[in-house]
Amino acid sequence: MNIIICIKQVPDTTDVKINPETNTLVREGVQSIINPFDMYAIEEGLRLKEQFNGKATVVTMGPPQAESALREAISMGVDEAVLVSDRAFAGSDTLATSYTLASAIKKLGEFSIILCGKQASDGDTAQVGPGISTHLDIPQVTYVKKIESIKNGVAVVERMTEEGYDVVETPLPCLFTVVKEINEPRTPSLKGKMRAKSAKIQLLSAQLLDCEADRLGLKGSPTQVVKIFSPERRKGGEVYQGPIEESVEKVVCAIKSLIP
Amino acid sequence: MDYLLNEQQVMIRDLCRQIAQEKIAPVAAEYDKSEEFPWPIVKLLAQADIFGVSIPAEYGGLGGGVLETCIATEELSKACGGITLCFAASYLGLDPILLFGNEEQKKKYLPDLAAGKKLAAFAVTEPAAGSDASAIQTTAKKKGDHYVLNGMKHFITNGGDADTYVVIAMTDKTKGARGATAFILEKGMKGFTFGKKEDKLGIRASSTRELIFTDCEVPKENVLGKEGMGFIVTMKTFDVSRPGVASQALGIAAGALESAVKYSKERIQFGKPISSFQGIQWMLADMATQVEAARALIYATARMIDSGAKDVSKYSAMAKLFASDVAMKVTTDAVQIFGGYGYIKEYPAEKRMRDAKITQIYEGTNQIQRSIIALQLIKEMAKG
Amino acid sequence: MSLIIAKEKCVGCTLCVKACPFGALYMENKKAVVRPEQCTLCGACVEVCKFDAIEIKREKTADADTQARGVWVFCEQKRGVVQSVSFELLGKGRELADKLGCELCGVLIGHDIESKSSDIIHRGADTVYVVDHPQLKYFADDAYTAVLVRLIKKYKPEIVLCGATSIGRSLISRVAVKIHTGLTADCTGLDIDVHKKILLQTRPAFGGNIMATIITPNHRPQMATVRHKVMKEAAHDPSRQGKVIRETFEDSVYTSRTKILDIIEDVSATINIAEADIIVSGGRGMKAPENFKIIEELATVLNGAVGASRAAVDSGWIPYSHQVGQTGKTVCPSIYIACGISGQIQHLVGMQSSKTIIAINNDPAAPIFQIASYGIVGDLFEVVPLLTKTLKEKLRK
Repeated sequence: MNIIICIKQVPDTTDVKINPETNTLVREGVQSIINPFDMYAIEEGLRLKEQFNGKATVVTMGPPQAESALREAISMGVDEAVLVSDRAFAGSDTLATSYTLASAIKKLGEFSIILCGKQASDGDTAQVGPGISTHLDIPQVTYVKKIESIKNGVAVVERMTEEGYDVVETPLPCLFTVVKEINEPRTPSLKGKMRAKSAKIQLLSAQLLDCEADRLGLKGSPTQVVKIFSPERRKGGEVYQGPIEESVEKVVCAIKSLIP
Repeated sequence: MDYLLNEQQVMIRDLCRQIAQEKIAPVAAEYDKSEEFPWPIVKLLAQADIFGVSIPAEYGGLGGGVLETCIATEELSKACGGITLCFAASYLGLDPILLFGNEEQKKKYLPDLAAGKKLAAFAVTEPAAGSDASAIQTTAKKKGDHYVLNGMKHFITNGGDADTYVVIAMTDKTKGARGATAFILEKGMKGFTFGKKEDKLGIRASSTRELIFTDCEVPKENVLGKEGMGFIVTMKTFDVSRPGVASQALGIAAGALESAVKYSKERIQFGKPISSFQGIQWMLADMATQVEAARALIYATARMIDSGAKDVSKYSAMAKLFASDVAMKVTTDAVQIFGGYGYIKEYPAEKRMRDAKITQIYEGTNQIQRSIIALQLIKEMAKG
Repeated sequence: MSLIIAKEKCVGCTLCVKACPFGALYMENKKAVVRPEQCTLCGACVEVCKFDAIEIKREKTADADTQARGVWVFCEQKRGVVQSVSFELLGKGRELADKLGCELCGVLIGHDIESKSSDIIHRGADTVYVVDHPQLKYFADDAYTAVLVRLIKKYKPEIVLCGATSIGRSLISRVAVKIHTGLTADCTGLDIDVHKKILLQTRPAFGGNIMATIITPNHRPQMATVRHKVMKEAAHDPSRQGKVIRETFEDSVYTSRTKILDIIEDVSATINIAEADIIVSGGRGMKAPENFKIIEELATVLNGAVGASRAAVDSGWIPYSHQVGQTGKTVCPSIYIACGISGQIQHLVGMQSSKTIIAINNDPAAPIFQIASYGIVGDLFEVVPLLTKTLKEKLRK
């Protein structure tokens, strides 16, 4: 069983701070990490690999420095890593990104399952996973919280919904986006870390993909960012710092006036 | 301080630090309360290859030495000195096999221990034989191709949860210390059972149990070293394991220091963080200096052992003595810095103080360590 | 297609370097220089440059279909009930359609649901497209995608809006790819540039630290999703009249490769904080799962729901279904009480549209106080029980 895991390297958003004077992002000391949701996809891929004696390949599209995310995935136990990287990809929106990743996956040959995190923590769009499955014309199940069974080319999974979950059956090959309920990602192993140091990473540039050049990067992206600005902050009211009995009294009065 | 660790040692340190912060710290208080054995953490450490750090590659390990065990123990202990014992006490149990095991024994036991599929334990202490190991009552009588063990051990770390035990029993009581022999026992052997589990002050996430031997038959192939070498096995094991206890103490102290510095910056009194007061600053400075000195002594000792040096007992004892006294001092001071919050269980300060205490007691009390050091000094003096 | 810095215009003010979220700009000989491999052409630098020295050169690849007309809302139904997020979208959709001077249309896909089209008309739609088929009874990625794609291709709307629900996000991403158009997720603001007649889609990026306005200038329809509770629900007007257009397609359109075997409603997940009028939330300051008891007690007195910050959920103190914020739910209650929540931006984006925010925290410098209507500085373990006790007494009267 060949399993493909798509990951993205993102800034650790909990570290992202705004400089209040210049209203710009403070970049110093912001670390790059694997999108936290993708960690669950990696773990699920490793579990499937172990269960079915398969091969897990991790794929990312990004700048050359995204290689470190791939090496981290290898240290967790992934077999192979592919970096899809080219200047021609710069400015890709979700349409161009999913097209590029789908083209890269086609290049990698037969596969049974593609796993993605439910969304990336920097963009939060949740569009790239479904985009890839559409470009590849394979079925998808999003928000998977459990893979119940895989046999005879059919998978049964649980898809999380607002009210609970659906049990969904799908033929393979297919794409799943996974939620954090599905597993607990493992920490890397020492042997994995050593392997990750020297592992060869396959590089796929635009030239190596069989794709149409005008569907890549900015050119292939229907959406354009026209403005970036700081969010308007809600204004604060009164802050009581005195004895708590007094503060509570004031707040209770306020609450009382708000409740009909 | 830069200890010029090699690439693999840095990797061990970083991975153990990550596991400590992400996986152990969040559950430390829970295990301290419930006293359950931390199997999920054992599984996690096993999967991360941590149990193999100091086992040779031919038995499935990563080929490190005492320093690697120390680095791992220190990092893990920063989050919880109790949980760490599933790892550290397993090394105490497998060290005698590493040191004295023959090829068959190593092949049989080490791979599973390196993979963390099984844990080991070392059993010397008995109710009447604590610091005085020569007072051991457990007997082993040779009968054909096996030995029959009778008696009991107590205060055995990993007792009941480990699969592989190295047990010291008397094969010839008349010879005193020279009549002791080390055996490898397996959980499930006929006549080998477990007694009560202790309710302890600290390190509550580790199990401390009695081992009971009732006509327990142990094949003669399971003798470690030779008959009568039990006391030597014990002493040589402690020589290499004491830096490990020292590292546990160091980790607990370093964890306490780190949290005290953090707290002192957050805690506001008289309108200022308490870290701005000289009284607190001097305490923190002393704590940091002691922690660093302990680390330097432990690492130097571990490196000396790993280089193959022979007379290491004195340094090994010094490392254990110094680091455990530092741990007690630093954790006590950390409680002081936390003030009232240090005394309540909601904050981890008091737990570190409880965990630290055992490091002054086990694997030879600090009084015994001083005796070892003094004896060695006098010996050296006599040699001139 | 690239970022071009006009050296003669650049005065070396470094504003662009500071503004770049990706570290793609640096100074060389007092002029800004771009590292193309890091530049994502986001345009932040173009925006800040006071000297018009930076330009993104775009090659126009397609022309927008100027024939496209109408604002569409995909009206999500579950078990035959139109979901309230659809009514919120109809409210915003009406506003956009009026600015464009075009029709607002609802799309209703399901089985035995035609009667529900009046709900959609009463909420402001002029036309409802209904596709009714037994195989559409439950959401299926393939069939719903095929149906919506066929409708869009036939009627050519200029805007399509969809709720950012688990169904909506799965469906609309596929539709956008099939139609080959742009899609903007989780918009918090939607407006029309009346001159260019394009949709201005504003959404948070980088965990809510910055806002980005996004357009789809050359492709139609322009598609966007909006999370539940972000927009105000359209008023219900039972006197409104509208058209219902029933569409049918050949059978192959309704087939799906995936099959739903079972639908399970999970009781623990149904505590839907998104619908609550009063929410009491606990954060990192709660310290332990058992401490959530005091939050529950306060919530009970107020007849409210219990929420939590990501820190509390990640620590395993309370299930994910209670999480408010960027990666949890967006809420908009009349009263939101934040206990022991410092107020990270990721939490704020999920609750800052609450009418009244009350914050309790022992750190007077906690950012939550900057947005709270009322703040109490103190130990929440003292304040919350006292608040519960006082409210109990006062509300009984």
